[in-house]
Parts: sequence; structure tokens; C-alpha cells
Amino acid sequence: MIELIDVHKQFEGNKVLNGINLRIEDSETLVVLGGSGGGKSVMLRHIVGLYKPDKGQILVDGVDVAKTTGSDLATVRRRFGMCFQSGALINWMNVEDNVALPLRELSDLSDREIAEKTRETLALVSMEHAAKVMPSELSGGMKRRAALARAIIRNPQIILYDEPTSDLDPVMANHINELILDLKDKLNVTSVVVTHDMHSAYTVGDRIAMLYEGKIVQTGTPDEIKHTQNPLVRRFIDGDTSGLLAT
Amino acid sequence: MSIFVRVGQGVLSAFESAGFAAILFVRTLSALRHAYARRDSIMEQFFRSGIMSLPVVLLVALFSGMVLALQSGIELRDFGVQEEIGAIVAGAMCREMGPIMTCITLAGLVGSAIAAEIGTMKVSDEIDALEVMSIDPVPFLIMPRFVALMVFAPVLTMIADLVGALGGAIVGQLQIGVSYQAYFSSARQALVMVDVYGGLFKSFVFGMLIAVVASAEGLRADHGAEGVGRATRSSVVISFILIIVFNYFLTSVIGCFY
Repeated sequence: MIELIDVHKQFEGNKVLNGINLRIEDSETLVVLGGSGGGKSVMLRHIVGLYKPDKGQILVDGVDVAKTTGSDLATVRRRFGMCFQSGALINWMNVEDNVALPLRELSDLSDREIAEKTRETLALVSMEHAAKVMPSELSGGMKRRAALARAIIRNPQIILYDEPTSDLDPVMANHINELILDLKDKLNVTSVVVTHDMHSAYTVGDRIAMLYEGKIVQTGTPDEIKHTQNPLVRRFIDGDTSGLLAT
Repeated sequence: MSIFVRVGQGVLSAFESAGFAAILFVRTLSALRHAYARRDSIMEQFFRSGIMSLPVVLLVALFSGMVLALQSGIELRDFGVQEEIGAIVAGAMCREMGPIMTCITLAGLVGSAIAAEIGTMKVSDEIDALEVMSIDPVPFLIMPRFVALMVFAPVLTMIADLVGALGGAIVGQLQIGVSYQAYFSSARQALVMVDVYGGLFKSFVFGMLIAVVASAEGLRADHGAEGVGRATRSSVVISFILIIVFNYFLTSVIGCFY
């Protein structure tokens, strides 16, 4: 279970997280909604210890990531897989080498076992045909799928997705949504998906949380969010430009 | 914002950069224990940092030696002691010009490339991705580049010393009227081993400096392409300044061995 307790963070005087309280149960997929620049990615980076909060706790099965450093943090991180918005593939390695990287660096598997596991994982995201392609030659959707393969190759218990469908055409966005659902079924992972894509949120989320001005203003099932009367959430869902949502 | 606030922020930022680079240096030294396991990456960096820089280093060294010979030769000829240019050129190349010119060339060629490469990885989340995968970027990225510069800066300096002396000999023969024999005889008599080792030690230190500064600036890059450009420029400027400043202090220390 992941728990964020009163998490605050500011950058150069600009409050990005302003007392976030959020609980993510094991094996659930929680979608965090919010406007662009609203702190969703910052929140995700706190969960995996890339940022330290100014105040508050981030507990991953009771371990406070905010206070963990060095090898203890590395141990916690090994339970995570993270898909960055840009893919964040190492630019001088081909897809196969990128996906195999965590196993080459952190496991005792033989080269043959690593190659086998890499092939299997690439097949899981329908990327086996692009194993030798360099990241610069991949489309946006292929980059996300390759990044997803790299994130899951070590069988993480928790997968964090940062805007997995942004900048993708609807067909590719749906394909990514199906992959997220598929991985949940096959790997039984806990997932946190940060997005502003409502279709994606309703498709993959067991629960949805709305982040506004650095705070979680509502959480609920996709149905509850669809029919919410909370004006802030309503405006976001309806794309109402008369509101004052942070953009 | 008042000028005092700006100056204060500048000073704080400089201390922050220096602290970050110092910590990175210690972490990189500690990562040297992984050098054998990362020998493939180190060999690749040997090629990129060392071999690829060789033509420019050779050219710079050749013309440095030539201009030294020309300038000193013209002056010495007036006093009838132009045979001494061998001693002057070889001494200057081994003590100062070889290490300084080679390492300034490396800072421009290799240091800027390291800062740009690591900076680009930083702003495109690749460094963060490594950290999330529990892969430490220091042994993975920084240490191979550090080893390559630490090893190749003295190697290239040694080659530069030889090529510079050769350039001086050519100018001595063709423009000053000093035979090769007289030139090299003068050089041999004047040079002592401390000249050579001292220069190589300087470039060994400069090589480490360039690698750490370039890596630190790259790792601190932010704000996209503009940030990468800023990191690249800073790495070259800081390396140049540190090479010149450290050169003075290293020369003082090496002076104790004469």
C-alpha cells in the first residue's frame, strides 16, 4: 500500500503540492487527474523518491520514502517500474538493450536468460519486431511501449505511469490503455496513472483522484467521478473554460 | 532585485556547484572499484575521448611548438645564442604548454561533449529513469568518462610534448638556422625528468577536473535545450578557469622537487 500524508512541495516559492493526502491500495489502479502543470508528475516523482517533500510522509508498505536514502532507497525502488512521459529510453541503446538494461545491471541471470526474458517482455507489449531499432527512430507510441517493457521486465509490484497516452492518436492511446489493463491482469500490480485524458482515466482506473491546486479534492470510482457534483471536478471533466482550473 | 541579492545568489550558486562537484568527485573515485566490470564502456570512452581528440591535439601541439621556436628564436638570434631554442621549446612544452594546451583542447572537445550528453540525458528524464531502476548513474555514466580523461590527458600530453618539440625543431632548422642536432642536443641537456613527470602529473589532475566539471554541469542541467546549452558552456568556462588556477598551484608544488 502507498500512502501520501500531508505532502507539501514548493519550487522557488511556487507551491506545487499543498498538503496531499492519498492512499493507494494493493493491486488497484488509481488514476490521478489534474490540469497541465498541476503537480501530478511531481507527486509521482515523490512516490519513487526522485523528489523529497518539504513536509509530509510517503509510505510504501510502511517505509517512508521521503526519509530513505542510499541502498535502502534502491531496495524500495526495485519494487517499482516507472513509465516516463517521454519514454526516457537511453538514447544510445537500441530497444532490446534498453529493455534488458535492468536485468544486465541488477540480476545474476546469464546472457541467454536475459535475451529470452527480453524477447518475452517485448512480445508482451507487441514490440518484438522493433528490438534493434534506436529510440530516435521510434514513434511516440512505440517509445511508450518500449518504456513499459523496460519498466516491467523485473516484475515490479507497483507501476507508475506518467501521462501514458498524451500526444498519442486515439488508436495508439487505446492500445496503451489496453496494455495497462492487460498488465494489471497478468502481473497483478498496483498502478498509479497520472493523466488528463478522461477516456483513459475511465478505461483503466479502479479509482480516480482529482488533484487541484496541490490538493486532492475528490476521489471516487469512475462512475462516481462521472456523476460528481463537485464543481472543480465537473469543470475539468466538461472542459469548462469559465472555471479557474490551474493550467 | 537589488545588486546585493544578485551577488549573494551568485555566490551561493557557485558554492552549491562546487559542493555538488566535490561530492561527485568522491562518488566517482569510489565507483572506480567497478572499473573492471565496466571495461567495455571505458574502452569506448578511451576511443571517444582519446583517439578522436588526437588530430586536434597534434595540430595544436605542433603549432604551439612552432610559434614558441619562432618567437624565442628571433630574440635569441639577436644575442647569437639561437641554439638554445631547443632547451626553451622542449622545456616550455613539457612544463606548461603541453599540459595546458592539451587539456584546454580536451575541455573544449571532450568536456563539452560530456556535459551536452549527460545534460541531454538529464532533461529527457533518462538519468531519473536510471535512478528509478536503481542503476547508479555514477558508475554507469560518469566513471568511464572520468577514467578515459584521467588516462588519456597524460598520454595525449606526452604525445603533444614530442610533437611540439618536433615543430620547434622544424622551425629552428628552416627559419632560425639551428640544425636538428644542435636543437635536440640543447633540449636534452636542459630537460630534467621532473619537467616531464611534472607536466604529466598536471595533465592527470586536469583530466580528472575536466571530467568531474563536465559531468557535474551535465547532471545539473534543467529547462530543456537551453539548460543543456548553458551546462555545456559552463563546463568549458569552469574547466578553463580551473585549469589555469590549478596550474599555478601545481607548478608551485612541482617546484619543490627541483
